[in-house]
Amino acid sequence: MHRRSLLAGAALALTAIAASPAVAQQRVQIEFWHGLTQPLGGMLEQIAADFNASQDRFQVNASFRGSYPETMAAAIAAFRAGTAPHIVQMFEVGTGTMMAAGRAIKPVHELLAETGVSIDFSDYLPAVRGYYSLGDGRMMSMPFNSSTAIMFYNKEHFRRAGLDPEKAPATWPELRAVAQKLRAAGLACPFTTAWPTWTQIEQFSAIHNLPLATLDNGFGGLGAELRVNNPTLVRHINTLVEMGREGTFRWGGRDGAGDALFASGECSIIHASSGARARFVRELPGGLANLGVAMLPFYPDVEGAPLNSIIGGASFWAMNRGPNAPRSADELRAVAEFFRYISRPEVALKWHKDTGFLPVRLAAFEAAKAEGFYTQNPGADIPIQQLLRGGGQMTGNSRGIRLGGFVEIRVIMQEEIERALQGQQTAQAAMDNAVQRGNVVLRNFERANRGG
Amino acid sequence: MRKRVIFKNQALPYLLLAPQIAITAVFFFWPAGQAVWQSLLREDAFGLNVEFVGLENFADVLSDPFYLNAVRNTVVFSVSVTALSMSVALGLAVLADRQIRAATVYKTLLIWPYAIAPAVAAVLWLFIFHPSFGLFSQALRGLGIPWDYKLNGTHAMILVVLASAWKQVSYNFIFFLAGLQSIPKSVIEAAAIDGAGETRRFWTIVFPLLSPTTFFLLVVNLVYAFFDTFGVIHALTQGGPGKATETLIYKVYADGVQNLNFGASSAQSVILMAAVILLTMVQFRYVERKVHY
Repeated sequence: MHRRSLLAGAALALTAIAASPAVAQQRVQIEFWHGLTQPLGGMLEQIAADFNASQDRFQVNASFRGSYPETMAAAIAAFRAGTAPHIVQMFEVGTGTMMAAGRAIKPVHELLAETGVSIDFSDYLPAVRGYYSLGDGRMMSMPFNSSTAIMFYNKEHFRRAGLDPEKAPATWPELRAVAQKLRAAGLACPFTTAWPTWTQIEQFSAIHNLPLATLDNGFGGLGAELRVNNPTLVRHINTLVEMGREGTFRWGGRDGAGDALFASGECSIIHASSGARARFVRELPGGLANLGVAMLPFYPDVEGAPLNSIIGGASFWAMNRGPNAPRSADELRAVAEFFRYISRPEVALKWHKDTGFLPVRLAAFEAAKAEGFYTQNPGADIPIQQLLRGGGQMTGNSRGIRLGGFVEIRVIMQEEIERALQGQQTAQAAMDNAVQRGNVVLRNFERANRGG
Repeated sequence: MRKRVIFKNQALPYLLLAPQIAITAVFFFWPAGQAVWQSLLREDAFGLNVEFVGLENFADVLSDPFYLNAVRNTVVFSVSVTALSMSVALGLAVLADRQIRAATVYKTLLIWPYAIAPAVAAVLWLFIFHPSFGLFSQALRGLGIPWDYKLNGTHAMILVVLASAWKQVSYNFIFFLAGLQSIPKSVIEAAAIDGAGETRRFWTIVFPLLSPTTFFLLVVNLVYAFFDTFGVIHALTQGGPGKATETLIYKVYADGVQNLNFGASSAQSVILMAAVILLTMVQFRYVERKVHY
């Protein structure tokens, strides 16, 4: 009796052991690496958790892998080792590199065709769709968190300088005049910028319909050459150098470092990512009531300006496991289903309202409008309006940027501008150097990706 | 008459050496060999197109003006860090070697910074020198000096040197203190009886007798400044502004990890490896001869 019950118990335990992995295996496991810090990272992981709860066939495991460039480097290293994640979040600067990555990636249009899952990309904002698709409109990656650069200003500072807090400078001459008044009123840092090359070179070029590079900023092929030493852009960099000298512009540092100068209430005007809105509302002294939002300024004497600005942020790329290891049909299906889930208007809408990133779908934008979100949160629709500025007709210069090695080119441009602001070289020399050094990067990339 | 011990067992010494050799092979020879191999290739980031280019990567690196700039920065940086951290540590060690009240407390406090991670050390210095909220930069601005390490290359270099040297002072301090304590008191007392003043005693007796320690620390500090300061530079300046604080090791990181240019990055690593091997050989062969033991 005793022995039998032991045996029965053992048999039961055995079946339990045999059964439990079977239960787990029913779900297809999908690795998803992202590069968003808190609180955004937690919100993104919540979306993955919601997806897992919404069905019982697929399991998306979202994990944070460091900043965008770190996530990119980690995914590439993992691919070389044959352990790439199924999905990786890649910032927009890495788009050119990913598009040229051949069998490392699974283009979204192929993924959807092979799995029979459909996503309505015609409802996506044109600027978002254009950035992540081929010239013929086929989607390469899955758009998710998109932002654009806009202008924020401190209303209290405007009042202190005797300026109308509801009227933001619309043009660069106006911005400089406002900055001088702020300076005269004793404000230490009238104007700064975050993501200096993104706001002052990339967005600037799109808004003024200037080519950043030939071949439609690289959309036309790997042979593109930089064109950032054109007279209008050089004049603008020179304006920044002059403003730096007269004390109306402060270099806030590379990448996102400038955000802190505005959030702390030190600087009066900043050009920053629309995704910084949540932080400014929380940290800026005076909060939402003190936060002015406006579109990026332009030079009125430049023909065709202002056009639409371009997007930043990141998209999701489906990756193969390694150089000779494609995905199974189940895995592809799981990735496609996850992409369809995040394309749902209600998911896009919640992400937009929670974070300040763009509502990537027009349906989400309309829903936010209908809810009265923009009347409760004045200025939250400025990024979308700015993306649609110029009548929504994008030119080859305002569609986006698709240059290989663009992470490196951005660093080069930042370095050259820093040297110009230090007074070590003129604005013209800075931009000439940036073109010369950037073209070396582009040629190396072209050569490496043509195998000869 | 020297006593010679001969082990009968031929395999045992190799067996005893095996763990060390295995670790060296896995963590040094294998990656170093890979670096040499990759330095001869040119490939895309994903390793899908690989092309053998011979020594082209080396030619490109050596003709790159920014590489020479990095060499210059590295020399300035390493010499400054080594000189600063060793002189400060020696001064502190001499002071701590005296009979003073609560000497243990001072010693503990001085050794403390060594336990701090480079990135944390960088953040601590950031709080002092940050252009907007740093205490020191506000004081400097009060004096009319526009301190801004984000735009001024000299300021940036001073900052990374200070932060790196500060971290190394503790390490040097321990060794100098131990070195000072091992100098026989009788020699110093004899010199004092002969009428040598304190300064003279230090330079003619203590300093020469410390030279083995000094030499050892010189090597260690140079290697530290070359290779171990990545964290400080990364956290403080990222090699900027311009390329004012980009050292050789930082450039290897920037080209390899940020720019995904593995060929150029590997070529630089190989050059760096050759330089370090050469430097160590020269140091042990020539400099050591002049050191009194």
